[in-house]
Amino acid sequence: MSSPSTATESTAASAEAQRPETGTARVKRGMAEQLKGGVIMDVVTPEQAKIAEDSGAVAVMALERVPADIRKDGGVARMSDPDMIEGIIEAVSIPVMAKSRIGHIVEAQVLQALGVDYIDESEVLTPADEVNHSDKFAFTTPFVCGATNLGEALRRIAEGAAMIRSKGEAGTGNVVEAVRHMRQIKNEIGKLTVLDNNELYAAAKELRAPYELVKEVSVAGKLPVVLFSAGGVATPADAALMRQLGAEGVFVGSGIFKSGDPAKRAAAIVKATTFYDDPKIIADASRGLGEAMVGINCDTLPETERYATRGW
Amino acid sequence: MSVPTIGVLALQGDVREHLAALKASGANPVQVRRPEELDDVAGLVIPGGESTTISKLAVIFGLMDRLRERVSQGMPAYGSCAGMIMLADKILDPRSGQETIGGIDMIVRRNAFGRQNESFEAALDMPAVPGGPVEGVFIRAPWVESTGAATETLASYDGHPVAVRQRHLLATAFHPELTGDQRVHALFTEMVRSAH
Repeated sequence: MSSPSTATESTAASAEAQRPETGTARVKRGMAEQLKGGVIMDVVTPEQAKIAEDSGAVAVMALERVPADIRKDGGVARMSDPDMIEGIIEAVSIPVMAKSRIGHIVEAQVLQALGVDYIDESEVLTPADEVNHSDKFAFTTPFVCGATNLGEALRRIAEGAAMIRSKGEAGTGNVVEAVRHMRQIKNEIGKLTVLDNNELYAAAKELRAPYELVKEVSVAGKLPVVLFSAGGVATPADAALMRQLGAEGVFVGSGIFKSGDPAKRAAAIVKATTFYDDPKIIADASRGLGEAMVGINCDTLPETERYATRGW
Repeated sequence: MSVPTIGVLALQGDVREHLAALKASGANPVQVRRPEELDDVAGLVIPGGESTTISKLAVIFGLMDRLRERVSQGMPAYGSCAGMIMLADKILDPRSGQETIGGIDMIVRRNAFGRQNESFEAALDMPAVPGGPVEGVFIRAPWVESTGAATETLASYDGHPVAVRQRHLLATAFHPELTGDQRVHALFTEMVRSAH
């Protein structure tokens, strides 16, 4: 230990020798750790971004159309206009995320160049590559990816994803698929924790995931990155439900700005996400919110319109 | 007081990592989300997270006044990143309505090192913590723009204070809770012990 000279002296002397390292796994995954317990909201304009920030969102997802409109409009859904993303970056001080198509490495490169804080390689947009996801280690900007089960989550982490969200079925206002995917992931994690070392190799083969990650999950009892929930959260109770099922935070897409009173609903969902285990607070937050977004029954969705099946 | 009960403000942010670091440094960590839960703790950690969100939730759920009261009465507190902002008397560029608990005579600049692409790791000299340099993990981190006479700078990076102490209050712009190195938490736990 060095002798206790004054703090300013000793740090000034060595500060020049310290080379900062950007884009490390710790910095990428650590960024998601800071979002825990929070709500990430889809926004399509700077005004919506400000409403989200004022309501207590921990981050916003900048996109051209919310999933409900992507569903309605059909066609190919792509990365948003850079002007729109920059307008939102200008408007708020919380982190700004944006979506690239699955496997569209150039859209991801553009988003990194724009300075977004997180890239969502998202099944909500039309996939650009039906075999390969992007190599996410090639980027300084961290990535979040969707997953419907543990194997899919671990394959994304193996490609460099620094955060996982259960996929749900975006743009439906129906939480049933979000519940299914979160339960599936948690259930498969639980199973790994009781396997012995001999069994982990076969488990990795079954999960189609790297053995090292399977081993890590079996020891830790959790993913090595933060796990959020997405796809169908429309009410404060939905958000609290996903947290009780094990999500460390929630993405809310169409649920807020497709509802009657977005500012009020946004603030209510934030409250319910923080106090997800306190029904009295959730009850208070749920009062007088006006109309929720119109929901879609997932059973009636044709296979081609299911976003959760995109990604492999 | 050999095992002090230390709260972690659990409105939002990397609460679990702070709880683990406190436990490893010999404290009894508990989560604090409600005003009355503040009464049972001998010290408080304000975690990393989004400072605007933590501030808003603290006001909405009636914690802010009680937090200010306890901090001004001498309850030790440690804030990392967003927590540092919460303990600053003044924010250089606050969002509208963003309040702080205050207590440390300093002005902080939010996201001073840049956006996420500029987030970085670097070793820091921090003589108040024995055992060599501390790993500094800076994530959209603030820095301290200026400090008052009573505020002691414990570490600097690129000419800006990034760890400060003022009597019973400690703040870092970086995240020791993400590194598995508990020395900063041990320093804080010791501050809590000696305050009682």
